[in-house]
Amino acid sequence: MKTVDLTISSVRDLNQALHEQSRSVSEKSWTVTNPKGSHNLAVGLDANIDVDIQGHAGYFCAGMNKEANVTVHGNVGQGVAENMMSGVVRVKGDASQAAGATAHGGLLVIEGNAGARCGISMKGVDIVVKGSIGHMSCFMGQSGSLVVCGDAGEALGDSLYEVHIYVKGEVKSLGADCIEKEMRPEHVTELKGLLEKAGVDDNPLEFKRYGSARQLYTFKVDNASAY
Amino acid sequence: MCGIVGLYLKNDKYKDKLGELFEPMLVAMTDRGPDSAGFAVYGDEVGEGWIKLTVRHVDEACNWAEISDTLSSKLNCTVTWTNNNDVAVLKINGAEKAARDCLAELYPDVLILSAGTSIEILKEVGLPEKIVSKYNVRNMVGTHIIGHTRMATESAVTMAGSHPFSTGSDLCLVHNGSLSNHNRLRENLKREGIVFETENDSEVAAGYLAWRLQQGDTLKEALESGLKDLDGFFTFTIGTRDGFAVMRDPIACKPAVLAETEDYVAMASEYQALTTLPDIEHAKVWEPDAATFYIWERK
Repeated sequence: MKTVDLTISSVRDLNQALHEQSRSVSEKSWTVTNPKGSHNLAVGLDANIDVDIQGHAGYFCAGMNKEANVTVHGNVGQGVAENMMSGVVRVKGDASQAAGATAHGGLLVIEGNAGARCGISMKGVDIVVKGSIGHMSCFMGQSGSLVVCGDAGEALGDSLYEVHIYVKGEVKSLGADCIEKEMRPEHVTELKGLLEKAGVDDNPLEFKRYGSARQLYTFKVDNASAY
Repeated sequence: MCGIVGLYLKNDKYKDKLGELFEPMLVAMTDRGPDSAGFAVYGDEVGEGWIKLTVRHVDEACNWAEISDTLSSKLNCTVTWTNNNDVAVLKINGAEKAARDCLAELYPDVLILSAGTSIEILKEVGLPEKIVSKYNVRNMVGTHIIGHTRMATESAVTMAGSHPFSTGSDLCLVHNGSLSNHNRLRENLKREGIVFETENDSEVAAGYLAWRLQQGDTLKEALESGLKDLDGFFTFTIGTRDGFAVMRDPIACKPAVLAETEDYVAMASEYQALTTLPDIEHAKVWEPDAATFYIWERK
């Protein structure tokens, strides 16, 4: 196991060392100490490695992640795992706004609460939040799943495309074109799998499903003639 | 982008170390606001019947002794002074309005940065590091302190346009964001008798709160009204004589982190600015909610 102490090394040094693992993995397990809220920690990883961040991280932690398994033992700032492609990012504390924004794949688990705009424009990632999420979450979400074990803030799933949203608690309000949908057996199976992957033992039958009503401009075939 | 930091002590444990704890917090927010910086410090309270003005003169060699003596004889009361670089604190055993009128008439080059019984505001154009060193923040003592590092958007990079803004007794406000209805609101507030020194949007927010408090609102009531009447992006940190508040707009795109222990409440735009505080590893750390305010007050 390799330890990088950020009171001695710079974030640039850390990221460079982690990027060097993308050619061939010489060190599978990494620990980062004294992150002290630094931005851009473990960004752009492209290797099957484990990175443990021992403390709070700043903005864009584990952004653009591919294959790596990043765990933050604390809170994260804005844009954790933004544009993630694959791998697993786990936040033991809370996440600020835009967690998992635009992410294409992989799994993001937030064990605390997530702020506003969680999963905004998500494109295939699976996000599981043990706590609650803030307003405008999953805005223009295109694909993937968002699971919330607590409550959701205002305007959930506004202008949604095909993301599957599951919420156990209260939804303050639904955004434009987002509706509650029937929880069919295939959805219970999907949710059960997501909860298991995230290591959460909530009962999938206690969740409600939300999705797109497909009534906005983009969904109308008549508008295709404009092109 | 701007940076905000605030430290409010819940007991006397760190009273003598307030400046020492605050200095690295402000400097940590340099990359969010390298244009100018400033802070309001509370704690050195004057007695009953006294008021305190923080004043500044364009000429660093300004003779504060002479100004103090003139005020004393014109107002027929005791006036004491201490200076910190180009800023002085005048303690006057008299009325604020009379002192303001007298200064405006005899010393029009003297700028009043704050007035009250506890508050002192110091601010300047330049890097936060330069400003904390210029005013020797490290040795400051007190109960609470609120600072700002500015990256100007809505008005010029000048000392007058830098934060904190104070438009009422012992009140100060720092702002990250931009208000969209400040022009109309400023005109309305002027009619209510609030005086503005700049064209800055954040000063309007400070003026608005000063007006609500003058109308008899509690800090809580003033902030409730503020959430309805102020339009735009904002994270505010507000200081009063014995209170400290943080408020975010409903959009909540301007960052904020709060930390609380048994001994203090600390606020910063980013967690990075809180890492040097004592026992921060065990503090409760959270992001304040949208359209919500948080208040701490000494009873």
